[in-house]
Parts: sequence; C-alpha cells; structure tokens
Amino acid sequence: MRGYLTHHAQSLVGSVGRLARAPFATALTILVIGLALALPLALELFVANAMSATGGFTGAVDVSVYFKPDVAMTRVQQLAHSARARAGVAAVQIISADQALQEFRQYSGFGTALQALGSNPLPNVLHVRPAADATAPADLDALKHYLAAWPEVDLVQVDSEWVLRFNAILDLLRRVLGIAALLLGVGVLAVIGNTIRLEIQGRRTEIEVVRLVGGSTGFVRRPFLYTGMLYGLGGALLAWGMVGTAVLVLQAPVANLSRLYGSSYALQGAGPEVIAGVFGAGLGLGWLGAWLAAARHLRGIEPRA
Amino acid sequence: MILFERVTKRYPNGREALRAASFSIDRGEMVFLTGRSGAGKSTVLKLIAMLERPTRGTVIVNGQNLGALKSRHLPAYRRTLGVVFQEHRLLDDRPVFDNVALPLVVAGAASAERDKRVRAALDQVGLLGKERMLPNELSVGEQQRVGIARAVVAKPSVLIADEPTGNLDPGLALEVMKLFKRFCDVGVTVIIATHDLHVVHEFGQRRIVLEDGQIQGSGDAPLPSMSATR
Repeated sequence: MRGYLTHHAQSLVGSVGRLARAPFATALTILVIGLALALPLALELFVANAMSATGGFTGAVDVSVYFKPDVAMTRVQQLAHSARARAGVAAVQIISADQALQEFRQYSGFGTALQALGSNPLPNVLHVRPAADATAPADLDALKHYLAAWPEVDLVQVDSEWVLRFNAILDLLRRVLGIAALLLGVGVLAVIGNTIRLEIQGRRTEIEVVRLVGGSTGFVRRPFLYTGMLYGLGGALLAWGMVGTAVLVLQAPVANLSRLYGSSYALQGAGPEVIAGVFGAGLGLGWLGAWLAAARHLRGIEPRA
Repeated sequence: MILFERVTKRYPNGREALRAASFSIDRGEMVFLTGRSGAGKSTVLKLIAMLERPTRGTVIVNGQNLGALKSRHLPAYRRTLGVVFQEHRLLDDRPVFDNVALPLVVAGAASAERDKRVRAALDQVGLLGKERMLPNELSVGEQQRVGIARAVVAKPSVLIADEPTGNLDPGLALEVMKLFKRFCDVGVTVIIATHDLHVVHEFGQRRIVLEDGQIQGSGDAPLPSMSATR
C-alpha cells in the first residue's frame, strides 16, 4: 500500500516536472483549456447576474383578485386567510373598496368628480404576491385558477406576459449555456486527449521498458492521468482568473449604470459552488481525456525483444 | 523449470520461427541458445518473456502454463523474470540509479529497500559509485552492465539475455558472462541467446542448438556444424 501511494506521489511530481520542462507547450495547452472553460463560466455568471438583477421584478408579480360588489369584508378576510395558507404565496394584502376609493380620490385628481357619485363603484381587492420560487408561468397559472374558482371572485388579473417572456429568455440562455458547456467540454477532452497521445508517443521506449519489467497498465497509465488532471486544473485556474478579472473590470461600470436606474445592484462574481464546479470540470475532463487517450494508445505499445 | 513441448510459433507474415520445438531447462541451470540468425533463438526468449504467444504447443515456466496465463496476470509474471537486451534499453533521461530501480518501483518496493537493493546490484556489476551518471556518460560495456543490474535487482527466478555480448569486445564479453554465471550459482535460471561461440565454449554450459526453428541438438560438447556467425 505504501509503495502504491509512493508511486502516486512520484507520478504527480514527475508529471509536474515534465510540464515544467516544456513551459511553452504547457502554457499553450492550458490557455486553450482555460478559454474553453472560461466561456461557459462567463455565460453562467451572466445568467446568474441577469436573474439577480431582475429578481426584484420577478418577485413583484402581483395577482389582483377583484371581488363581486356584494361580497362582505368578513368574507374577504376569510378568503385572504385561505390564500395566505396556500403554498407558493408570499403575502396577501387586502385593499378594501373604501381604501381604494380614498387612494383614487387622492392620487387621480378626480376628487371633486368622485364626490358626485352616490356610492362607491370600486370592489374589494386582494393583492396576492407569489413566493420568489413560485413565479414560473405554470405556478402563476395554477394560482390564478385557484383564486378564480372562488364564487365571490369577479376577476383575477395576472400581469405575467413580461414574466413569461423574461423566463423564456432565461430558459433559452440556460440551454445555450448547457450546449456551450457540453461542446466546449468535448473540446477540452479532445485537446487533453491529443496532448496525452503525443506524450505517450514521446515516451514509447519508457513504456515498453516498464511493461517489460512487469508494470501493469494502471502503473503505466498513472502519470498520464496526473498530467491530464494538471492540465485541467491549470485550465480551470486560468478560466477562474480570466472571468474574475473581467468581473473586477466590469464592476464599476455596472454599478454606475445601475445607480443611474436608481438601483444599488452590484455585479456578482463566481460563488464557491460555481468555482468548485469549474475546478471539478477541469479535473474531471483532464482525467477523462487522459484516460481515453491512454486506453486507446497504450494498448498498442508492447515491449519488443 | 522451463518446459517447451512441441512449440510452434508462426508470425503474421507466415514465417515459422519455431517448429514443434521441445526442450527443458532445470531450475538454477545456465543454458546457451545458439544457432544462426533467424534460427529461432530470440523467439524462444520472446515466448518465455510472453512478448509472443505460441501458435501451438505448451510453454511452462516455473509450473505456470503461459498459454493459459491471463493478460491481467502478465505483469506479475514478468516481475519474476529478468531480461537483458543487446541494445540495453536504458532510459537516457534518467540516472543509472533510477534505471536500475525501475523493476523495484514497479513492484512497489519501499524506498529504503530500493536503495539497498539497487546499490547491491550495482556493486555486483562493478558500477557502485556511478549511480548519478546518465547512461550516455557510460561506456557501452558499462551500459550493458547497468542493463544486467536492472534485470537482476528484483531477484528474478529466471534471467534471459538476448545477445548480451553482441556489442562488447571479447574481454568485456567474458566479464559479462562471468556475471551471469554468478547469478546462476545463486539459483537463478539463466538462458542466453548468443552467436558468440567463444564464450559458449569458455563456459562449458549446456547448449540448445536451433536451426530453422527446430532443435538440432542439446548438450555441452562442441558441435561441428556450429560455425555460427551473425
């Protein structure tokens, strides 16, 4: 066991040494991998920031429930209580007909004209605010059907057109992100696989000798797996650095822009989960690319007498 | 013990390198394989080292039927062998110590054990003190001795050598053969394929004579037909 662990350590150190001895080639390979990982990372941050920046709007979707004119306030309060108890509802506000008339009189500029009315024409209204995680079109539609099913209700109005469009754009971006990540992941596999293939060819004599003295396929493969993982790790580090730098550069202009719109929004960098994901992807793709190349190209190398 | 029973080896190009060859070599015996180029000497060694598999017949080494050996058991089997080539097959970018230590690294030997055994092997071949040198800083004879040290460092039960003195002058060739004899004296089975009849006669060990893939004779008497040349 100790010898096995020692060989792992030797393979790792040997791989670091080999990469360091060819700095230009190593840097080029890491640059390509870094760019391939940086693009989906940047897209992920863009989507996350777009969601974060517009999160307030999404949360502000209100469902207005207009009651029939003869529904008593006690019944409205009972129904408001029922709405509050429903999952996916963040808040329910009652606007009584009197309160609505008073506000209308105050803000509309028709105060004098309204005094001519014999009775209050406005209904009692509930403003139902969905929870932040329940603003998907399907959730809003379900809530609308639930509220409209009350016999006391005259009209349920959901201003969700723009929410639907916005969610569709975000969904499209998420899919683009997924496809880009997949394609670039395949690209990283190809780059690492080809680099490892060249290294296997360059170390053919050594592989033959190791096999001759009893080295197993796992033993022969190990240094190449470490090399692949080091490439992936280097690429992930570079991608993180590039996107992190871009976030730093864009932070001030974005803050300035949002200030002009009266917002205090600040550009968000990659969180720990995203960073862990990038490093995991780099290491995983490096390992897989190296493993595939080793499986394909080591098979043909047997010792010669 | 090594046993060849009616072994035939046909290569993909159709050439039959061995034809129903049968012979046995006792444990701890030193044997010379002799014959002209293309007689089948190297094929015998390749079959023992499992670099090739027989087309027909049975090869048994230390009780193990090599025809039935599964690929996953091949590395463990090869660790019981020591192999010496005419071209040394040393890794030029690594010092002598690392070249000799390679079979021990593969076997997972601990660092201290590795250090001790590499020094002992280098001492046996007279190269102690040259551990840090690169192979291309050594003479051809020294490189051959590094190859021998690498072959014996893991204490193999069988040592096979293909033309180990091919590039050496007669004096050095004799020295190398003496080394092999010393390993044989401590119980290692040694099989040497060689053209060099001078060293064969010098040592008087048993010979297995091959001609066109067939065993022509076996014994320690001089064979008149053996004016072998490369």
